[in-house]
Amino acid sequence: MSEVSPAILDTVQRPAAPSAFSNALVFGWRAVLKFRHVPEQLFDLVMTPLMFTLLFTFVFGGALAGSTGDYLQFFLPGILVQTVVFNSVYSGMGLSTDLSKGLFERFRSLPIWSLAPFAGLMVGDVLRHLIAGLIILGVGLVLGYRPEAGLAGVVFSFLLLFAIGFGVGWIFLVLGLLIRTPMTVMTIGFTFIFPLVFASNIMVRPQTMPGWLEAFVVRNPVSHMTTALRGLMAGSATAAEVLLALLAPAVLTVLLAPVVLWLYRRN
Amino acid sequence: MNDTALARRPATKGETAPLAISARGLVKHFGDVRALDGIDLDVPRGTIFAILGPNGAGKTTLIRLLATLLSPDAGSATVMGHDLVAEPQAVRAAIALTGQFASLDEDLTGRENLLMLARLWGFRGRAARQRADALLAAFDLSDAGRKQVSAYSGGMRRRLDIAASLIVTPGILFLDEPTTGLDPKARQGVWRMIRQLARAGVTVLLTTQYLEEADQLAARIAVIDHGRKIAEGTSRELKAQIGSGFLHVAPADQAHLDKAAAILEARLGNPVQRSAEGAQLSVVAASAQVANEALSALLAAGIDLADFSMGSPSLDEVFFALTGQGLDEEEREQRP
Repeated sequence: MSEVSPAILDTVQRPAAPSAFSNALVFGWRAVLKFRHVPEQLFDLVMTPLMFTLLFTFVFGGALAGSTGDYLQFFLPGILVQTVVFNSVYSGMGLSTDLSKGLFERFRSLPIWSLAPFAGLMVGDVLRHLIAGLIILGVGLVLGYRPEAGLAGVVFSFLLLFAIGFGVGWIFLVLGLLIRTPMTVMTIGFTFIFPLVFASNIMVRPQTMPGWLEAFVVRNPVSHMTTALRGLMAGSATAAEVLLALLAPAVLTVLLAPVVLWLYRRN
Repeated sequence: MNDTALARRPATKGETAPLAISARGLVKHFGDVRALDGIDLDVPRGTIFAILGPNGAGKTTLIRLLATLLSPDAGSATVMGHDLVAEPQAVRAAIALTGQFASLDEDLTGRENLLMLARLWGFRGRAARQRADALLAAFDLSDAGRKQVSAYSGGMRRRLDIAASLIVTPGILFLDEPTTGLDPKARQGVWRMIRQLARAGVTVLLTTQYLEEADQLAARIAVIDHGRKIAEGTSRELKAQIGSGFLHVAPADQAHLDKAAAILEARLGNPVQRSAEGAQLSVVAASAQVANEALSALLAAGIDLADFSMGSPSLDEVFFALTGQGLDEEEREQRP
């Protein structure tokens, strides 16, 4: 390696300390850069939900709802919920990667707002949910899905999706802080998430299920989220439905956000 | 550096030159493991100070603690005049840490990594870009600046990692095993860079497993083991304590090992160590003259030698000299 040029050894003073908000923006910028450098992650984000959409609409749709068109109208809001819940894993995996690579050691040794890195994770989450949601909605529109409440319904639906992603994300952040292998974060997280997503009203109306399962499904938070999203897209949502959908994300945030902070700050 | 005795330097009061680091009685537990067991440390400003010890001795724990990543269970320290526990943000503003493994974002380019850190330090817009580009140029990474770090070689990562610690000139640069895993050429490069930084007034605290590295770079060396400091001094002082030259002897016939060991011990008056494989004997020889006499004695006794050499003591031998016991591999691996 060549000599370090003497110029670099001129003492460089620290500029005025940036604000906490400015720190957070830098981490948000980092999240955007990751999308630019690793575009193949978009494939991971939307491939499974697109396969589900096509499979359920065209293979099972007729049998489940009488026609593929009717089924798509029923199914599409649900697959958006499923997509956001599953894609919440990426923040936890990213956190686990950063911790295992020692990147957080550097962040923590800097004189910055200690929670700024989490702001970056949230920016990444919102981008992921927005991009995946728009692609799936776009495909749905091409296949004949029509949100009766129009643009306003779509906007409110996406806000609800962000809230759901934010709430569920805490589960994976806790796992990401505890587990140093990103793949294990995903496997363990999905062990909890899978039954909740599949034993819900996303794909099939619970009335057709055996009584014991129906009893679970109608109480499943994922079912509440799906019901609210269908209502928002159709323009028929009640305040009670939306609040019920927000209950689980709110509870997860209240319970797990302090755990995440504690795990992050503990040595 | 001064060549005064190994005696502990006086505490901050009465010290003429201000200390970069002054630590007293630092203790850190991990469960039942006492990773640091009462470490005192005084590092003068503008010098290179080496922490020498085997894996698991507590080197990394000590650096992480001084860089505010861990809080001590007992003891106190000031870093660049700021209390470690009471003023962690002031300490962070005065230090930079380059950990044992490159702490970089693999998905981003080298330039973006530096830009991110420059912005976190408070550089804006063009100033941040200028700082990132200047560091890339200085560390011979301009051509690779727009490549993702995942495509970098080990030496390039290490350079970028150190560059990332110099966004703002730190008062103290902590380097945790800066050359572990590097080839000899890259190692020389890192050594040159560390010397230049010290000449520019940066205090460098580095950890190493290699006596040679500490010897080459550091004005002062602290040897630690099991979380305790077992010796401290200049390289010359430590060598005087350990014995500067080691005579390594390998008898052609292994059946002669015991006899050869007895002769060496009698001639040189120092305990003889056997290598892990048992085929080589090592013993402190005060001078080439006495080493030569000992070799003659072996030959006169009819012991043929496959190989012999004079050299610096290895870390094993340092520990043997300081503690009277070697570091067997098993023990080393068991430690966390």
